[in-house]
Amino acid sequence: MTLNHYLILSFILFSIGVAGVLLRRNIIIVLMSLELIFNSVNISLAAFAYYLKSITGTVFVVFNITVAAAEVAIGLAILVAVYRTRKTVNVEELKDMRY
Amino acid sequence: MEQIFFYIFAVIAVVTAIAVVSVRNPVHSALYLIVCFLQVAAIFILLRSPFLAAVQVFIYVGAVMVLFLFAVMVLDVGKESFSEHMHSQAIPAVITVAGLLAVAVWLISTGSLTAPLGPYTEEALSKNTEVIGKALYTQYIFPFEVVSLLLLIALIGAVVLVLKDKGRGAGRRP
Repeated sequence: MTLNHYLILSFILFSIGVAGVLLRRNIIIVLMSLELIFNSVNISLAAFAYYLKSITGTVFVVFNITVAAAEVAIGLAILVAVYRTRKTVNVEELKDMRY
Repeated sequence: MEQIFFYIFAVIAVVTAIAVVSVRNPVHSALYLIVCFLQVAAIFILLRSPFLAAVQVFIYVGAVMVLFLFAVMVLDVGKESFSEHMHSQAIPAVITVAGLLAVAVWLISTGSLTAPLGPYTEEALSKNTEVIGKALYTQYIFPFEVVSLLLLIALIGAVVLVLKDKGRGAGRRP
């Protein structure tokens, strides 16, 4: 097991997440793809922390998870607010700044 | 042995990640995402970070995914009513992803992704949780406080965003 194995896995998950953000129109699935990207970054940070014998990466993963939790809370709150006014979760219909 | 487990977890993670972005029903997407997060937690254990694995299970699988499922079911967006096929963005998206992968392959193959070794030894890192706790409350105390403030702001912000209509209606009454 080398660092590269984990980095390649992380890059693959990252690419899948980016593809999801770019390809899907459902805003909930876009948010889920964002979570996937967060996770891929966490894997690479944890892998670096382990293979470089450092704790910085691990601590950063903890912060990263906290920020991801905050992002999900705010993102889903915005989603609920948007759905109440527009009755849609299609990203392509959500193109106006004001309603 | 470790290698076998790594490949099992990695393959399941990638397959479920592809399923997350490709299935049509958001509820199925969320369930696949839970499986993917569990595989990531297992990979954290392979990286000798049981604390991260526990946090991953608690926060991602426990809190985040429950929030997602809650949102999907409250909003009743079940199966998408709008047609969702590969649309006009498909080609730019594929080019972007291919470019990202090319950069990644180049970075990994040239071996330029490295950094100086940290100060910890193998046996110090085997008591992972203790080391993280000490680092978090000494070396990283300022980021820790900032991030806790951020969580508080996010909590209040979420409540304000969702309750906005009621608040405005109540405010109008003279």
